[in-house]
Amino acid sequence: MTTTLTPPELRPAASPIANSLTAGKLPQGAPWMMLGASLLVAAGVFGVVAAGNGSEFNWVGTLVVGAILYIVAIWLFSRIVEGSRRATDRFVTALVTGAFVLAMIPLVSLAITVVTFGLARFDAEFFTSSMRNVTGEGGGALHAIVGTLLMTGTAALISIPIGLMTSIYLVEYGRGRLAQGITFLVDVMTGIPSIVAGLFAYALFAIFWGPGTRTGIAGAVALTVLMIPVVVRSSEEMLKLVPNELREAAYALGVPKWLTIVKVVLPTAIAGITTGIMLAIARVIGETAPLLIAAGFTQSMNYNLFEGRMSSLPVFVYTQYANQGNPPEAYLDRAWAAALTLILIVMALNLIARLVARFFAPKLGR
Amino acid sequence: MTTATAQITAKQRPGDRVFSGSAVFAGSMILVTLAAVAGFLLIQSLPALVASNEDASILDSNFWAYVGPLVFGTVWAALLALVMALPISIGIALFISHYAPRRLASVLGYIVDLLAAVPSVVFGLWGIGVLAPAIQPLYSWLVDNMGWFPLFAGPVSGTGRTILTAAVVLAVMVLPIITAICREVFLQTPVLHEEAALALGATRWEMIRIAVLPFGRPGIISASVLGLGRALGETMAVAMVLSATGAVTFQLLTSVNPSTIAANIALSFPEAYGINVNVLIATGLILFVVTFAVNALARWIVSRRKEFSGAN
Repeated sequence: MTTTLTPPELRPAASPIANSLTAGKLPQGAPWMMLGASLLVAAGVFGVVAAGNGSEFNWVGTLVVGAILYIVAIWLFSRIVEGSRRATDRFVTALVTGAFVLAMIPLVSLAITVVTFGLARFDAEFFTSSMRNVTGEGGGALHAIVGTLLMTGTAALISIPIGLMTSIYLVEYGRGRLAQGITFLVDVMTGIPSIVAGLFAYALFAIFWGPGTRTGIAGAVALTVLMIPVVVRSSEEMLKLVPNELREAAYALGVPKWLTIVKVVLPTAIAGITTGIMLAIARVIGETAPLLIAAGFTQSMNYNLFEGRMSSLPVFVYTQYANQGNPPEAYLDRAWAAALTLILIVMALNLIARLVARFFAPKLGR
Repeated sequence: MTTATAQITAKQRPGDRVFSGSAVFAGSMILVTLAAVAGFLLIQSLPALVASNEDASILDSNFWAYVGPLVFGTVWAALLALVMALPISIGIALFISHYAPRRLASVLGYIVDLLAAVPSVVFGLWGIGVLAPAIQPLYSWLVDNMGWFPLFAGPVSGTGRTILTAAVVLAVMVLPIITAICREVFLQTPVLHEEAALALGATRWEMIRIAVLPFGRPGIISASVLGLGRALGETMAVAMVLSATGAVTFQLLTSVNPSTIAANIALSFPEAYGINVNVLIATGLILFVVTFAVNALARWIVSRRKEFSGAN
């Protein structure tokens, strides 16, 4: 690299370039212009094809061909003007951005589909009636909504104390073999497939209450198995964030350990713990397979967790889709409306969780 | 600490005993729960392992002949999903950690996380209602023009509900998991390494190649293994999208497709009776063992480099 020491003005005067700092570079807006040009070319090609065939204009094809054209064009131009290293850099930038855009396609498509199909039956009747004695049109998902609330609520009631106390044990008390073992087993539990949790709950209740038993409480147990590790993980992370100085200050004042945890550690971490718990609820509220196995499905209201089968929103979506009657549109519309309800609940839980994390987080001076 | 008597132990108050006792109890509940999961599944599986087609109507000959094609389908679909999801996830993670404007980065991260929040049954509805019809023309084209390639051999499925469509849905579902872990790991790259590379005149891609990717390699591997574990156990999306016949075949685009363990349980369980229930539970046990092995592999890779606590 001896040439780097050469001052720029000593370059051959024959060079017509005025500003040597921008020499050999594509102008700043070039990538955007090239992207626009590629899309235009692609649109032109597909427009001619569409006009020739009399077929509909192919949006997807335009975007795909336009993107590929852009990637080739930016690499080619950069290679000519800037050399191979810059060209590779621009090529990778285009690819990486493309990967992000590609991942947005299913998300956007899913959102549009669920909203457009879901709104057809997103009405008062849907939220105020069950499917009892309903064939064909009408009916609603009240029994499924009640079932989801009951089972998820029970699962939360069981798993929040156990999960929270386990994380307290791991952070504040746990030393040695037992703590290591529990950490490992929580990892294992995180990886349990949801349907296996459902099979476990079914097997548990089948042994004690006879085969074929499907109740709401079995569904709640299945959800608990899925929820505990999530609660433990997130609470543990949050408790670890509490500065040790706070604990030591409390001990120095003679506060017993358990009071330190209850009055100092937990209040400091409570925002993060709440966020983690809400995200855990949001995760299990959408579980279908374990509830299909352990709680079954029904067409009627059932408020009793310990007696009879219990529907839930995700299972309602599945059964409406899987057991279509006449007319099928009525069943599909109900499935999409329930899917929209489910997504709205999950999104609301996620949003509230993020807001709690943002506004109630303790100021740790960072 | 030579003399044990010199150590002053804190006074044990009743509150302390109750609190630490309940903490230990809660921790032990994890042990009990996991032992119960394994135990009850084993008890219920035992009758199935020795059953023949005379005992259980869904068996053709014996249990192992029944579960073999299902294991193949499970692993095949999950691997296909991983092959599609991994490069895209690494791209997204790089985009969020190193390419996107700083202010946008966290928002973009949330948007990708939204994908993880969508319930799998909704992915199933979407896959069958939108993706399969939309992707079927591509399958026809592939069979017509690339049919010489063994994976794309015909005849093409008319509905588009093939193993490849199921794998695409699975890929969309594991994408946010792999992305989240990769993003964390990429962000942990020492800034000094990155700046050193840039100061030596590296372009952004060269900086990523020589500083970020080598540093993040264990994280990428463990993220992909965790994503694989998730894809192995995914149930409803596959059960709804895939139109399975139970064959063992590598062809991606035909209407003859292998089923997966989880999807098979979800589809067969509501109508199962007698020993058939035990057979299905036994397949669930095998799924549990497979995902356990895959996850243990991921933990082992993570624990070799402690600083990547990227798992979760």
